[in-house]
Amino acid sequence: MGKKKEVDDRFKKFGTVSFTAITKTNDFITHLENGKVAGTKCLDCGAAFFPPRADCSHCLTSNMEWFDVAGSGKLVTFSKLTFAPIGFEADVPYCIALIDYGPYKVFGRISSDLPEEDIQIGMEMKTVANTVSNGQLNYVFAKA
Amino acid sequence: MEKKVAIIGVGQSTFVRQYPGSIRELAFDGFKDCLLDAGITAKDIGASVVCSAPEYDKQRSPAGVFAEYLGLNPQPTFYVESLCSSSTTGIRLAYSLVKSGLHDVVAVLGFQKMSEISSSESQERMGRGADIQWESPFGTMMPAYYAMYARAHMEKYGTTPDDLALIRVKAATYGQINDRAVYRKPVTFEMFKDPENIMGRPVATPLRVGDCCANADGSSCIIVASAEKAKSFCKKPVWIMGLGSATTSVNLAGRDLFSGLSAAQDAARQAYEMAGVTPKDIDVAEVHDCFTIAEMMAYENLGFAEPGEGKELIRGKETYKEGSIPVNVDGGLLSKGHPIGATGGSQVRTIVLQLRDEAGDIQVKDPAIGLVHNIGGVGLYGNVTILGR
Repeated sequence: MGKKKEVDDRFKKFGTVSFTAITKTNDFITHLENGKVAGTKCLDCGAAFFPPRADCSHCLTSNMEWFDVAGSGKLVTFSKLTFAPIGFEADVPYCIALIDYGPYKVFGRISSDLPEEDIQIGMEMKTVANTVSNGQLNYVFAKA
Repeated sequence: MEKKVAIIGVGQSTFVRQYPGSIRELAFDGFKDCLLDAGITAKDIGASVVCSAPEYDKQRSPAGVFAEYLGLNPQPTFYVESLCSSSTTGIRLAYSLVKSGLHDVVAVLGFQKMSEISSSESQERMGRGADIQWESPFGTMMPAYYAMYARAHMEKYGTTPDDLALIRVKAATYGQINDRAVYRKPVTFEMFKDPENIMGRPVATPLRVGDCCANADGSSCIIVASAEKAKSFCKKPVWIMGLGSATTSVNLAGRDLFSGLSAAQDAARQAYEMAGVTPKDIDVAEVHDCFTIAEMMAYENLGFAEPGEGKELIRGKETYKEGSIPVNVDGGLLSKGHPIGATGGSQVRTIVLQLRDEAGDIQVKDPAIGLVHNIGGVGLYGNVTILGR
């Protein structure tokens, strides 16, 4: 019998519950493990993508390089959830939010350390790699 | 106005919390109501389009099952899906099937039996209508996405939670007198202020329980026909004047507008242009109020109000039955209920009954042109349909 083929399913580690195991952007998880939040950049047209893409629909090519989501962006909007979908009950309450970095935006969670009354639309925030209490990986937004 | 493609029959089941039957039986209720309205039989129908969000069903490919149960064999049938806007996507397809001459009479059947799964399971599956790879792992759900739009709208325009509560109060005013609605109880402004009342309980800030639509089981059916068939079958055909349909990025990170839905704006522009009318010409409208903020944004995205001025419409009761632009006078998704795949068809039914002057207690005075705004996902899909008598 042949050797069992190894499956690269790193993406199953993303978020409290991941709904995807295999993607061509699996390196995103390795970057997270190294404390970095990374997007992709098309080497042909220079467009920066977050969330990262494996393919550029404009150039129809897949020549991507990773870049770090560095510096800070502005909080566009957010919501605090007091009721969660199945699988996320232990996380409640938590805030989901969108940060505008200019060339791209990042969707994610606000760090649970930040009280809701301190959250203001337009505030500068940074994106930080994070380990969830169940051992999974994600990223959170913290005050810049 | 071009009178080429008509709606000659409309029907829907009563929307209920837990339908006491299977999905084919649920589909039968809306279909029967529609055939009785149209005064035709299944043999007169050339093809059927079945619309729903499939993740609720154990049955794979319901279209074929329904065709047999509804007496629609051996005519062709197929399935179409665009989340909560599935059945107006079905109407767009029916229009093109009829306009092309391929079929003369097409049934658009929408349905959803949401009670097949629990409420938190439903939230999780509804949330999967967003980006499952990059957003769902953060624990997203539909109310939270719309809450993000509500927060942005409030920040930009000074809209308040009280303005949103007024929209819910309006919906309940009409839900109480709609015998097909799932939520028949009154909702008062004071309920949102009462800490003991569930209406004011937060779900995803700034949205509260009272800001969210009622899940329901239901079916709807619309018969679309050629002008020739319409004239032979029907005394009061209602004409499809304009159809608009657009999309945007599924992930919020790919969007630029958060105080409105760009797919709704784009679809509205297309529909108005095709119909040759402007927002001022609309006499009655059904909009996709899955959440109160969605109705507020619809006022603005459809041009009933300037951006940021939607709140003046509801404060002045202009969207009540007697107002300048009556909206959702059947209770809307908030009170009539939102059985995903059936919703667009039910909205179209209300407008058709209005234009035929057969809407009973909720009849608006002498409307000539009506509009349906039906959204899939968090503004991922936008369909706007303009109808005229």
